[in-house]
Amino acid sequence: MLKVGFTGALRSSVNGHAQVDAQASTIRELLSGLVQRYPDLAEHVEQGIAVALDGEIYRDDWSKPIPDGSTVFLLPRIQGG
Amino acid sequence: MSHDTSYTKQKFKLIGSRVNRPDGIDKVTGRARYGADASAPGQLVGKVLRSPHAHALIKKIDTTKAEKLPGVKAVITSADMPDLTGGNRSMLDILENCMARGRALYDGHAVAAVAAVDEQTARQALKLIKVTYKRLPHVTDVDKAMQPGAPVIHDWVFTSGVDPKPEKASNIVQRNQFGHGDVEAGFAEADVIVEKTFKTEQTHQGYIEPHACLATVGPDGHGDLWVTTQGHFHFRQVCAALIGMDVAKLKVTSSEIGGGFGGKTHVWMEPVALVLARKANRPVKLVMSREEVFKATGPTSSTSVDVKIGAKKNGTITAAAAELRYQGGAFPGIWGMLGAMTSFACYDLKNVQSVGYDVLCNRPKVAAYRAPSAPMAAFGIESTMDLVAEEIGMDPVKFRIKNAAKEGTQASYGPVYGPIGIGPTLKAAQNHPHMKAKLRKNQGRGMACGFWFNFGGQTCTDLNIGVDGTVSLAVGTVDVGGSRASLGLIAAEELGIEYEQVKVHISDTASLGHNDTTEGSRGTFSSGMAAIFAARDAKDELCQRAAKMWDIPVSAVAWKEGKAIAKGKRHNNLAPLTLQEIAAKSPNTGGPIAGHNEVVADGAGVSFASHICDVEVDPETGATKVIRYTVVQDAGKAIHPDYVEGQFQGGAAQGIGWALNEEYIYGDDGLLQNAGFLDYRIPVCSDLPFIDTEILEIPNPNHPYGIRGVGETSIVPPLAAIGNAVSMRLACE
Repeated sequence: MLKVGFTGALRSSVNGHAQVDAQASTIRELLSGLVQRYPDLAEHVEQGIAVALDGEIYRDDWSKPIPDGSTVFLLPRIQGG
Repeated sequence: MSHDTSYTKQKFKLIGSRVNRPDGIDKVTGRARYGADASAPGQLVGKVLRSPHAHALIKKIDTTKAEKLPGVKAVITSADMPDLTGGNRSMLDILENCMARGRALYDGHAVAAVAAVDEQTARQALKLIKVTYKRLPHVTDVDKAMQPGAPVIHDWVFTSGVDPKPEKASNIVQRNQFGHGDVEAGFAEADVIVEKTFKTEQTHQGYIEPHACLATVGPDGHGDLWVTTQGHFHFRQVCAALIGMDVAKLKVTSSEIGGGFGGKTHVWMEPVALVLARKANRPVKLVMSREEVFKATGPTSSTSVDVKIGAKKNGTITAAAAELRYQGGAFPGIWGMLGAMTSFACYDLKNVQSVGYDVLCNRPKVAAYRAPSAPMAAFGIESTMDLVAEEIGMDPVKFRIKNAAKEGTQASYGPVYGPIGIGPTLKAAQNHPHMKAKLRKNQGRGMACGFWFNFGGQTCTDLNIGVDGTVSLAVGTVDVGGSRASLGLIAAEELGIEYEQVKVHISDTASLGHNDTTEGSRGTFSSGMAAIFAARDAKDELCQRAAKMWDIPVSAVAWKEGKAIAKGKRHNNLAPLTLQEIAAKSPNTGGPIAGHNEVVADGAGVSFASHICDVEVDPETGATKVIRYTVVQDAGKAIHPDYVEGQFQGGAAQGIGWALNEEYIYGDDGLLQNAGFLDYRIPVCSDLPFIDTEILEIPNPNHPYGIRGVGETSIVPPLAAIGNAVSMRLACE
């Protein structure tokens, strides 16, 4: 079981939850499951999203395995200069 | 990441050395080819007509006279750039920013463009285009734009991130809240609370090379674009989509770049050049004037920020909150969100909340500028940190050290940190001789911290070994800050050869797989990772070839210090084979030898810095001069220390300019009043002291060499460091 945290505008797309429980073994599975539960999240996933697993931020590699018990945060995709 | 993490035990031979830069001679002799330095047979000159109004309805554009002018080969308006975006609002925004569609949204917004045989004819043609405007109310101030009754720039913008979603359009694009804990309870526990409001003005990246490109579109529908950019693959995707061209039919080549700092991550005029070239059936060169660069390419946001920090008398922060309002120009952006995310990232806070607002104004579309949005947030937070320290009677550095984030801290923007460097940079700053040096009359000292995320992304690299044993490394990340030298060092280190044997090239979009833009301090981090893996791939092939040359199993071959060696007693008689010897025989052992890698380089590792600044303030005039400046920053591993120090110094210099000299000045008429380097003054050498640097190396466990990005964080602390130094001087008075 994973605890998934949400910040920023993502929180309002999951009915205002700061954290939800989820079951997933990869980032792809996680996002797919969350979008099924919270359809408003789909727009954010489409526009680009970053996933923090135990403090490390992953932007693109959705095949990344998520170890059970990981701390997971979904973040808006960021831009740099 | 799947690679090993033996970086902590590595003994490098070349990494960390200060070799000559490969582009140095070309740049000082004028041979380097920048955006405006390309030419093609039959090339035309492109020019853009821009709005003289801050906000206006475009009732009619009459191009008849311009089209009839001898020498004019094409005139275009938005009618020549139909909406092919299929409902993708952000792409439509890019298209509308390139060419106004019915309304001019800011002073300098493009409304038409021409291609003519020479500059004089092109300029004359612009004068013959008659545009009928109806001026509309405008707003250029972020706080005024948020007020009820402000002119609404887009009727389709309804604030997101608020519940319930508004039914009325406004200039507030989105609200983003970050944080954790209970800030109200935290403030109730505080012995001291400081609340302040800060404003920062809009600044431009100020790159010396203006935007420039040469576009060609043939009758077969294939196109070429030579352009100064930080991301030619991104430019290809955006331009191809906007003008209705298959991605593979558009080849984009990045020129040498004369500065970008985020401003060249965005498409501004390149689709216009391509459409002109297609219409004229001739190559078109489009070069912006400095005035156009200021008026029509992305500066950073102007901001308005409220900060509230509460602390116990023992120095523990009990709660911190900020509301950050960022002006994003005429199109939606994420700048307020980034400001909110970065604001309290340096600190370990039990109760924290930051709320960011992205706000539209009648100004040019805001673009990324080196650690975008972080300097303005840091200005508010770090200035307030000093005020809190003063209230509780604690040294500001000790106060920061006491509250600094560390491994295991939950960042104010959500995730939990791994190994990070804010504590070590603070301690290094505390112990630095600069911090202990005596100040003279009228001088003050300040310090401040800064944070930036860093990121990696999609990367693709080829490493080709010539028959003479020299190596070509083809990368797709544009070299904006010296990455060719660093990547050459990395490839040479991995192969065990001399740096001079490696030549690094920036490939065009037809020659490599997709590479993300050089932004987010990712160039050396991600292409460095790909170069290591490509070199390891090549080493595997070199061992295979050596095995063939020796006629022994490849399992008996290893690569050591640039040579293949045969392992085991049975092969004691075989002398090692150098890379050159194996390469020379490659035609007869299987053909070309190459290594390749494509990777999503994640795990970039966050970056922190602490800066110290001394100023001298003229008591008569208030004129402020920075007299000493020191940057302490974590680089993970400094591949080429000269370039790392250069990045530290460059960011600090830009921050000093931002704090003391630079600002966009808009009149009541909504027009920019200082669109040129005479009136918008970036610091020059004589304005700056020597900027001292101290590189810390806290390896990033997600990179095989421990690298962290270093390009951006150095611009974050200067605004606050200078402000704190001036405040100290005034307090002494």
